Amino acid sequence: MYSEKVNDHFNSPRNVGILDGDDVGTGIVGAPECGDVMKLQVKVEEGRIVDAKFKTFGCGSAIASSSLATEWIKGKTLDEAVSITNSDIAEELNLPPVKIHCSVLAEDAIKAAVKDFKEKNQ
Amino acid sequence: MNRPIYLDYAATTPMDPRVLEAMLPYFTEHFGNAASRNHVFGWKAEEAVDRARAEIAHLIGAQAKEIVFTSGATESDNLALLGVAEMYADKGKHIITCVTEHKAILDTAHYLETQGFEITFLPVSKEGVIDLEELKGAIRKDTILISLMAANNEIGILHPVAEIGAIAREHGVLFHSDATQAVGKVPINVEEMNIDLMSISAHKMYGPKGIGALYVRRRKPRVRLAAQIHGGGHERGMRSGTLAVPNIVGLGAACRLAEEDMAEEAPKIQALRDHLQTLLEKELDYVYLNGTVDQRLPGTVNLSFAFVEGESLMMGLENIAVSSGSACTSASLEPSYVLRALGVGDELAHCSIRFSLGRFTTNEEIEQVAKKVIATVKRLREMSPLYDMAKAGVDLSTIQWSGH
Repeated sequence: MYSEKVNDHFNSPRNVGILDGDDVGTGIVGAPECGDVMKLQVKVEEGRIVDAKFKTFGCGSAIASSSLATEWIKGKTLDEAVSITNSDIAEELNLPPVKIHCSVLAEDAIKAAVKDFKEKNQ
Repeated sequence: MNRPIYLDYAATTPMDPRVLEAMLPYFTEHFGNAASRNHVFGWKAEEAVDRARAEIAHLIGAQAKEIVFTSGATESDNLALLGVAEMYADKGKHIITCVTEHKAILDTAHYLETQGFEITFLPVSKEGVIDLEELKGAIRKDTILISLMAANNEIGILHPVAEIGAIAREHGVLFHSDATQAVGKVPINVEEMNIDLMSISAHKMYGPKGIGALYVRRRKPRVRLAAQIHGGGHERGMRSGTLAVPNIVGLGAACRLAEEDMAEEAPKIQALRDHLQTLLEKELDYVYLNGTVDQRLPGTVNLSFAFVEGESLMMGLENIAVSSGSACTSASLEPSYVLRALGVGDELAHCSIRFSLGRFTTNEEIEQVAKKVIATVKRLREMSPLYDMAKAGVDLSTIQWSGH
């Protein structure tokens, strides 16, 4: 039912892990009772995301969406990162309609991580 | 690529080659219409149908004449509920069932509500069983039918059918049981259990798809049903339509084989099932059994692997066929209503996997599946933020989640 890209991200997820430090912003979105929780972290130097990691509880497309999101935001400025939309992710992964909410969650996770970084570094 | 392993016997079973062999002559050689009373083609077909009827009846302790052929258990459930409701509406309009029934019962019951019937949906315990006292308390003067399944399809739990039958009989209420998952797997006797109507499906017991039966008691009491499919008056007028002779022969053969093999087969399957559960629980923490250890179908085990979403686990188990109560595997985006009814939280329902074993499951397959499940759960937990939190001692229920 899934595209090759989803399968690839699911089987070889990029950037699984945890980041620590004052220069790290963390976003946690979703809820266990809804079946998906995404934790996405960004490490920021001079306004640019130099590293990103994720951990996700969720279906294959949720894992793929967060994996792809971390891949895309690395090297981007904070403004560029938050301009990524769920439809960019859904399109790239060719998500079926019933899985669109996974891409929404990934977009939310990026925004939440950036927001957290900004709040910590005001 | 390895040969795929099938552990979804509760969804459907492969046909036993012996069943297929019994059926084959009835497609081409003995193709007659069992209702053709005046030539040898019809007689051959009728003979085969009679034999199958006897084989089915024998397995469940019934008389051959009490077997009504249908297209499957869904139709049997519909015929039982709608047929009784229509026939006995003058006597009363109250029916008792329970919340963990198959949709073929629940949706039919909801339809009857729109037709002026009142339905009591009994709750179940965390093991998935109704409370017998609660059942007694729910019976009213206008109760015409109790419909409770023999075994649950998702968790394999067995209802105390004999006790339910005794209560129904004592109160003079008809008792229907959807025994789709139970027949052929565990002993069922309609006399000893006081069952008045019972739904049977062939494809859950190594027979063909598209055929089932409804047992309808003829004596003490004689159950009458209003037909829901009208036509040539087949099946004592309760279900018209030319009999699907090859399929009926298949259902008969499946019942005969089940009866012959059950005593030997059930303990073997149960040992494999328990072996699987033991292997998984030995290597993995936070594994929860849905249902109960006792009073279960021999081949079914439903486990929640906390912090790993069911669909992603199934995706990781490529080449292994199982089912999940996760919302992501259903079109509705709701987790399993059966697990919810047991009080399993949504967060664990999303993590549930049903393994159902059967006649052709081997020890080697179980070892392979256990290995693959353990590796996949571990891999997915390494990327699960919830597993990290649990390991760090965070109580997940105290966190304010964002939801969506």
